[in-house]
Amino acid sequence: MNQHHFSLPRLSLRFFPIWRRHLLVWKKVAATSILGHLADPVIYLLGLGYGLGSLLPEMGGTSYMVFLAAGTVCYSTMNSASFEALYSGFARMHEQRTWEAILNTPVTLDDVVLAEILWAASKSLLSGLAVLAVIWLLGLTHSALSLWLIPLALLVGLCFAALGLIMTALAPSYDFFMYYFTLVITPMMLLCGVFFPVTQLPLLLQTVSAILPLTHAINLARPLLNDSVPVDFIWHAAVLFCYALAGFYVSLVLFRRRLSK
Amino acid sequence: MSMSGMDAVISARDLRKCYGGHAVVDGLSLSIRRGECFGLLGPNGAGKTTTLRLMLGLIEPDAGELRLFEHAVPEESRAARVRVGVVPQADNLDPDFTVAENLLVYGRYFGMKDSEIEARLPELLEFANLTHKRDARVPTLSGGMKRRLTLARALVNDPDIIFLDEPTTGLDPQARHLIWQRLRELTARGKTLLLTTHFMDEAERLCHRLAVMDNGKIISSGSPRELIEQNIEPQVVEVFGEQAAVWADSHAARHAQRFEVSGETVFCYVQDAQPLLLELQQQPQLRYMHRPANLEDVFLKLTGREMRE
Repeated sequence: MNQHHFSLPRLSLRFFPIWRRHLLVWKKVAATSILGHLADPVIYLLGLGYGLGSLLPEMGGTSYMVFLAAGTVCYSTMNSASFEALYSGFARMHEQRTWEAILNTPVTLDDVVLAEILWAASKSLLSGLAVLAVIWLLGLTHSALSLWLIPLALLVGLCFAALGLIMTALAPSYDFFMYYFTLVITPMMLLCGVFFPVTQLPLLLQTVSAILPLTHAINLARPLLNDSVPVDFIWHAAVLFCYALAGFYVSLVLFRRRLSK
Repeated sequence: MSMSGMDAVISARDLRKCYGGHAVVDGLSLSIRRGECFGLLGPNGAGKTTTLRLMLGLIEPDAGELRLFEHAVPEESRAARVRVGVVPQADNLDPDFTVAENLLVYGRYFGMKDSEIEARLPELLEFANLTHKRDARVPTLSGGMKRRLTLARALVNDPDIIFLDEPTTGLDPQARHLIWQRLRELTARGKTLLLTTHFMDEAERLCHRLAVMDNGKIISSGSPRELIEQNIEPQVVEVFGEQAAVWADSHAARHAQRFEVSGETVFCYVQDAQPLLLELQQQPQLRYMHRPANLEDVFLKLTGREMRE
């Protein structure tokens, strides 16, 4: 690997036209896309919320529905950012050669990768917002603090977009992404407190859970929906932010290597 | 070859790029003048596309010096690319967009304002013969239309130099002729063109100067006429027929400076074709064709007749 591949990202505003390009593509399919963003999390929320909720009168000091709502916002945002960074990102880099076309202009790879992360985060923010809207409509929270879930969803989106792009940079084909979803995303959904408190897990798994970014996102989201300021909120936000920065840097190094061939 | 630095749009010296220990570009030096159409010829794998990628600053050379306009490449390639247009080998138009949207979105990458791009659209669409397809989506276009759109896209920033990587590969003759006509119009307007091709007729028609590349090196360069004069006898007689190879063994050397057998055809390269033609008139079992030497003869002589795969 060339030493040049490790240099720090050089950022410029040239990423913005690329972000606008992705937005214009998305606008053409917006109606079906929004439906897709909503259907999956809302079915989980309502199905499990009412189904399990009737058996579990209370969890973590709230109704099961409210408990589940915080997890659903986070995991839905995570899923949406991951799908965009992996599948759509790979299509733009590899299949449609969109990156190749863009890189022939005064835009650099650093701009392209930044645009990918910001776009995937923007799109996942919309996912988080959609679930949040349902939560508000169902009256599951009345706290003004719940508005903090909007910037939180953006941060979760940035984090998982950046991590997902590492996979995109390494992927030989779409099949590769199956590993990421089975080995990373699904365990995260089950170990990070989406459906039940992390304290229910054996100690070893609790330790694993403490490292995973989704845990930190849920540790912020759940108190906020319950009208309380999260404990150690700076720490949790910092962990998510560091994951985002590290993901950006590592994926950029890998993309530089991949595209220099 | 000496020329003033002012005239050179691109100058490369001893450019080298290795992949896995194999030199894909191996000590390449060339200089391209403002307003000329320069062709890089070579078989597949000769290093043409890698050369273009080096010149755009997309990959880093292992050694050598490179300037594009007044900018050092790759260090200042971003600034240089503001004035460059690129027609890539493989189609990379945005399939989700219409013709006009492709141009609009691409112009933004150059930092152009929407109003500025919109103002250029009619002229670009006209140039590409796509005015009637303005709102058609890319997947509905024919291969020739897509190429023309790619060419229009490369012109959106009104570049001074246009890089074309095999611009007519895969097109039917009508579509190729239209592209050729457009490229001639661009040189007439003073644009500099750098094109790679393995079609000799394309190179002969369009290029003021050519460089033949093989194994990462330039093995000959000059105008099409110079390349032919420098490298090959002026007359070619092609002899066909089952008996051609047998005839060549016994007779060809007597009348031809040089000959090559390829399947059932013998290519005889001669200064004066008359004695050979007289001889062939005595051989009713053989058919033959007499023609002036062309670039393809030069190309095959320099790079060999064996397949490159």
